[in-house]
Amino acid sequence: MGSIVNVILQRLGLGILVLFAVSLIIFLGVELLPGDLCQAIQGQAATESTVAACRRDLGLDQAAPVRYIHWLGNIAQGDFGTSLANGRKISELISVRLGNTFFLAAVAAVIAVPLSLALGILAALYRNSWFDRSINILTLSSISFPEFFVAYILILIFSVKLAWFPSLADVSPDTPFFERLHKVFLPALTLTLVVMAHMMRMTRAAIINLMASPYIEMAKFKGLSRAHIIMHHALPNAWAPIVNVVALNLAYLIVGVVIVEVVFVYPGLGQLIVDSVQKRDIPVVQACSIIFAATYVLLNLTADILSIATNPRLLHPR
Amino acid sequence: MDNETQANKSSVLLEIRALRIDGMRDDRWHEIVKGIDLTLHRGEVLGLIGESGAGKSTLGIAAMGYVKPGCRFSGGSIHFDGIDMLAASEAKKQALRGVRIAYVAQSAAASFNPAHRLIDQFAETPIQHQQCNKAEAYADAKDLYGKLQMPDPEQIGFRYPHQVSGGQLQRAMTAMAMSCRPDLIIFDEPTTALDVTTQIEVLMTMKDIVEKFNTAAIYITHDLAVVAQMADRIMVLRHGELVEEAPTCTMLSAPQQDYTKSLWAVRSFTKTRLAENTDEQAIISVKNVTAGYGMLDILHEINFDLHRGQTVSVVGESGSGKSTTARVITGLLPPRIGEVLFQGQALPKDYRQRSKDQLRQVQMIYQMADTAINPRQRIRDIIGRPLAFYLGMNPKQCEARTRELLDMIELKPDQFIDRFPSELSGGQKQRVCIARALAAEPSCIICDEVTSALDQLVAEGILRLLDRLQRELNLAYMFITHDLATVKAISDEVVVMLKGRIVEQGSKDTIFSPPHHEYTEKLLSSVPQMDPDWMRNLVAQRSPQH
Repeated sequence: MGSIVNVILQRLGLGILVLFAVSLIIFLGVELLPGDLCQAIQGQAATESTVAACRRDLGLDQAAPVRYIHWLGNIAQGDFGTSLANGRKISELISVRLGNTFFLAAVAAVIAVPLSLALGILAALYRNSWFDRSINILTLSSISFPEFFVAYILILIFSVKLAWFPSLADVSPDTPFFERLHKVFLPALTLTLVVMAHMMRMTRAAIINLMASPYIEMAKFKGLSRAHIIMHHALPNAWAPIVNVVALNLAYLIVGVVIVEVVFVYPGLGQLIVDSVQKRDIPVVQACSIIFAATYVLLNLTADILSIATNPRLLHPR
Repeated sequence: MDNETQANKSSVLLEIRALRIDGMRDDRWHEIVKGIDLTLHRGEVLGLIGESGAGKSTLGIAAMGYVKPGCRFSGGSIHFDGIDMLAASEAKKQALRGVRIAYVAQSAAASFNPAHRLIDQFAETPIQHQQCNKAEAYADAKDLYGKLQMPDPEQIGFRYPHQVSGGQLQRAMTAMAMSCRPDLIIFDEPTTALDVTTQIEVLMTMKDIVEKFNTAAIYITHDLAVVAQMADRIMVLRHGELVEEAPTCTMLSAPQQDYTKSLWAVRSFTKTRLAENTDEQAIISVKNVTAGYGMLDILHEINFDLHRGQTVSVVGESGSGKSTTARVITGLLPPRIGEVLFQGQALPKDYRQRSKDQLRQVQMIYQMADTAINPRQRIRDIIGRPLAFYLGMNPKQCEARTRELLDMIELKPDQFIDRFPSELSGGQKQRVCIARALAAEPSCIICDEVTSALDQLVAEGILRLLDRLQRELNLAYMFITHDLATVKAISDEVVVMLKGRIVEQGSKDTIFSPPHHEYTEKLLSSVPQMDPDWMRNLVAQRSPQH
């Protein structure tokens, strides 16, 4: 087991390094933006002295490296600073939104992941049958349409015509769980349709790729059924590529939900980042970017570790 | 033997009549099994022998009513214990496979699922076919592991395939095939990938278990001496047709057909002369080399010389450090201690520090010609590259020299120069590899198991070619092999390696005549002989010592 712990520690170290690099890029990117933040805040009314005072207040008169270290140190302690738009603590602002985003992503994942794995396995089992073909066509077309289009179609069907689900997902912190679930169902379904094709097709391909291996042929010679062969002989060896694609899509569920959140007016992180960009609320944009990056790194890290952990050679060394 | 088993033994278990199987190649169907009859009685072991492409594996698995993807049955009949296997439904065949007909594959390492423990793969067949529950299957597995003389039969099943050795894996696969006590087992080249010393142990246990349970078997191999130990009766196949069929003793003592005789005669090749120039300075000297990967030393204090016009064979089982020695000489693996001399001058340890001329002097030919040449290059580019690289030839000179080289390796230049590797047979590919090595005009060629992947007749052609080139060009060969018949045929000097050390070295005659080092003795005595009683005698000889 020693080797696996080593690998995990190694990957964790790498992940932290990547996050560090990302924070640097975000900071530099914002630095490179044209114009002066304080001038932007004060607009036409800005005089030289008020701008200077504002810069002093925000600590912008210090050198960039000093500010970077200061910013990074605060983030490490969980302090993202204050919003320029309304002066509230960014961590407060984000925590509710982040919770909402995670909730929506979780609901979408709970539907999408098992569904795509099951469909992928079934497609591999009935390879080249009408089932395989129609599943492929369906998932491919759903990924081919733009998200907002899928979202509006779903709204048209499920809230306008059938009136089963609301078209506005306006949850608040005190919305009860089941009502919340009811409200996020349509956005979750939209996201499911968007991410399913990728996962389902990778599951199918990973399994079919292994079906030519000698141990699969051996399993056939042992008289095992095709379903048993796929579940017990192909799938355990196919996890590595599948887990990676699942992680990539889970990350998308959190990072790529901007459009869906806007369409359904869902108070998530995506909405916040769009609003903040419009208001030039730079600290909030920076904070959101760091959180998105961390999510991405963490999920990919998990996928890496899982795909290593499913390798019996590492799990059970000689 | 009582009357009942006598009757059982004589009854027919498998009957194949005029079987035809087609294979798809270049978008056309080609017949690969051309009307073969085969009859197998209960408890009988039938040997199927032939070169690769003879259709023996295809015929073997056809007994299960199975053809590989891209093949089809096109005629004839297969009856297993009265069941028409060509007419039977998939479900019916599935119920037979693993239960009444089992299969043992060539590469145990590839045929075990890496994700499951050995014992679970054993238990899978009886459980899925509802023969017994898990506890009974486990108990039976341990019993069979013991019968197959695997070490620690109680525990070994709980290991994963990568945690046991090749020989043990092959036995575990035989045990797995036995799990439902089938009527018929198909052994498809089960010991081809094993060392001679391991091979004999596996063969003994296989033969033993087949006799114990009175199981009928089809034993597929290209090695005559092996099939002589295992089979009651032998069928010789060629190009999908039956050449000859006879009981083992008759077949060995009085083969009827010319083809069969030629198979028997393959081992007759011996090198034509012995160069006597040992007083001359060695081309390559390996001096006191200790080398390994990381902190672990694989080689310990290796010393030997290569002389012009001579062949030094390096023998030993896999893992003995033969190929690592080659890597040290070529500079791919810098030694930790010691050095490699070229004509008395020390070569830089790392190939990156060697000059083009130093690199040119030592060339390599590999076991797998398939993977050693770029499939996307034409023969002219494969051979032309070293000409341009080492000798700075212009395209015109390259072409002329490539043609000369093709002539030397007995491939017609006009016909072959613009082909891709995929348009060549295995033996032809190996010849191209030889030409590529020659192109650099080396003084020494390292041949790493160059004939192991080839059929005996083809392998003999390669050996003859190498021998002729050595005489014409006065080359030094270092010949890495685990096949003692090849060693006998081509060497002047022999180096025997065990666990990274040289245990014995000297001229061929010294090594092959007694007294031997203990390990050399074991190696020599493990080489199967064309005598059906050889294995039984050897076992009897060795057993008192244990």
